[in-house]
Amino acid sequence: MEILILLLFVFVLAAFLGFELIQKVPSQLHTPLMSGSNAISGITVVGAMIAAGVAEGEFGKWLGFAAIVLAMINVVGGYLVTDRMLGMFKKKGK
Amino acid sequence: MEILIDLAYIVASILFIFGIKMLGNASTARKGNLLSALGMLIAVVATVFYKEVVDYPLILAGLAIGAVIGWIWAMRVQMTGMPELVALFNGFGGLASVLVGWAEFEFGKNTDPVTQIAIYSAILIGGVTFTGSFIAYLKLAGKMSGRPTLFAGQKAVNAVLFIALLALGVVYVMTGSAWSLYVIIVLSLALGVLGVLPIGGGDMPVIIAFLNSFSGLAGAAAGFVILNKVLIVAGCLVGTSGIILTIIMCKAMNRTFGNVLFGGFGAVGGATGKAVEGEMKGISIEDAYYALEAAQNVVFVPGYGMAVAQAQHAVKELGALLEKNGAEVRFAIHPVAGRMPGHMNVLLAEADVPYEQLCEMDAVNPTISQVDVAIVIGANDVVNPAAGDDPSSPIYGMPIINVHEARTVFALKRGKGSGFSGLENALFFRENCRMIYGDAKETITGLVAQFKG
Repeated sequence: MEILILLLFVFVLAAFLGFELIQKVPSQLHTPLMSGSNAISGITVVGAMIAAGVAEGEFGKWLGFAAIVLAMINVVGGYLVTDRMLGMFKKKGK
Repeated sequence: MEILIDLAYIVASILFIFGIKMLGNASTARKGNLLSALGMLIAVVATVFYKEVVDYPLILAGLAIGAVIGWIWAMRVQMTGMPELVALFNGFGGLASVLVGWAEFEFGKNTDPVTQIAIYSAILIGGVTFTGSFIAYLKLAGKMSGRPTLFAGQKAVNAVLFIALLALGVVYVMTGSAWSLYVIIVLSLALGVLGVLPIGGGDMPVIIAFLNSFSGLAGAAAGFVILNKVLIVAGCLVGTSGIILTIIMCKAMNRTFGNVLFGGFGAVGGATGKAVEGEMKGISIEDAYYALEAAQNVVFVPGYGMAVAQAQHAVKELGALLEKNGAEVRFAIHPVAGRMPGHMNVLLAEADVPYEQLCEMDAVNPTISQVDVAIVIGANDVVNPAAGDDPSSPIYGMPIINVHEARTVFALKRGKGSGFSGLENALFFRENCRMIYGDAKETITGLVAQFKG
């Protein structure tokens, strides 16, 4: 129970931090911000690795495996498209 | 070891925080993205060292397969295909959270109510994110009509579904029974489908931003399932920053989020405002050229139609020619033009349009009366003057780019039908507006040829 309260504490603080982090975003950056944070949401990959790692039954293991693949697509794809987009912005910004 | 892993997670969290912060600023955005990627790498590598994590071949294979697929997709996508790809990636993240929750349920070690609530939340939020994003993907990729899909009793069905999910949640948390969880999985997936079906193409920027936020929250819920701090911090950051983006998008349309979700905006047979008087007047490419040739001040207003026609490169060329001809050239970008937040900026950047020429709506509107020619390329609602002067119009109150106050407006349009939202555009009937029918890319290329010839 104690750990859960601690985690809840972390969650609430992170929520306030999230609201404070971006206030005025130039519209030019809306897409990269979205796809970049989308890549961060692939953090589930860590949960998937643990789930696959601890699973004892075959079924649970494969669920974890599928989760790793999906989350990793989200992570790698998300960061790369964001970088590609921002690369284009940079080019003409000089 | 555990302590080292936790320390690595703290470092990763800090990198995510700086990453998101820097993504909000043009000069640091790329570095911010790299920092957050570094944070992800640290988190993944640290997790390998968990003593419970034993099946290395399986995990490494999963990481490798996912990385390769993601890499190939990201490198191959055209910039015009960006909205649907982001939606698809987002859906995968949501599904991954569902599977993590499910796997932990099968593992069945933690049966305390709080873990059950966490499993329930991860599956519910993740499931809605997955199918919702997938429907958004189908709509954006044109594999499905972009119009809202409505049927009788839709709201009632969704409400029943939602209440059933809440009730099943209580059953599951109280009993921990497998059947209730399986039904929850199925119903969550159904809710995602039914929730996004009634949302029209023009509202996609809002819903994409919202689903993005949801995928973060699903990750945070998965974090509560496995008691992992980095999941909670990262997921929560994405969740809340996504909500901010959602709010920005809603404000740009002067609508509430509830209205976007439940409005069925742009459905066939919905409110269309008052009938427009007058007729649309066409103009040939040649005549349009003469007007442009004499113009001193030209503003382009791109919309989704430019993306569909892939006209951004031709537009850039025309812009350069006009500038060489002595005109001041600007691109006026409405915050919700296109199908995802910032869509037009991405396309014009791809075509190498100079940064100084890209202007936000608020910067263009005060100077619009000095504009000789405004060229509307496949944009519709964002230039519809009914938003300002027709209280019966469904888009009344939405901030628009006031091109109708320019001296001349050229509207490039495929045919005479109404746009995505199903609204007749009062702009097209104005005295100072001339329609150039046809494919936007061909039209612009034609104008370019006139300038060169």
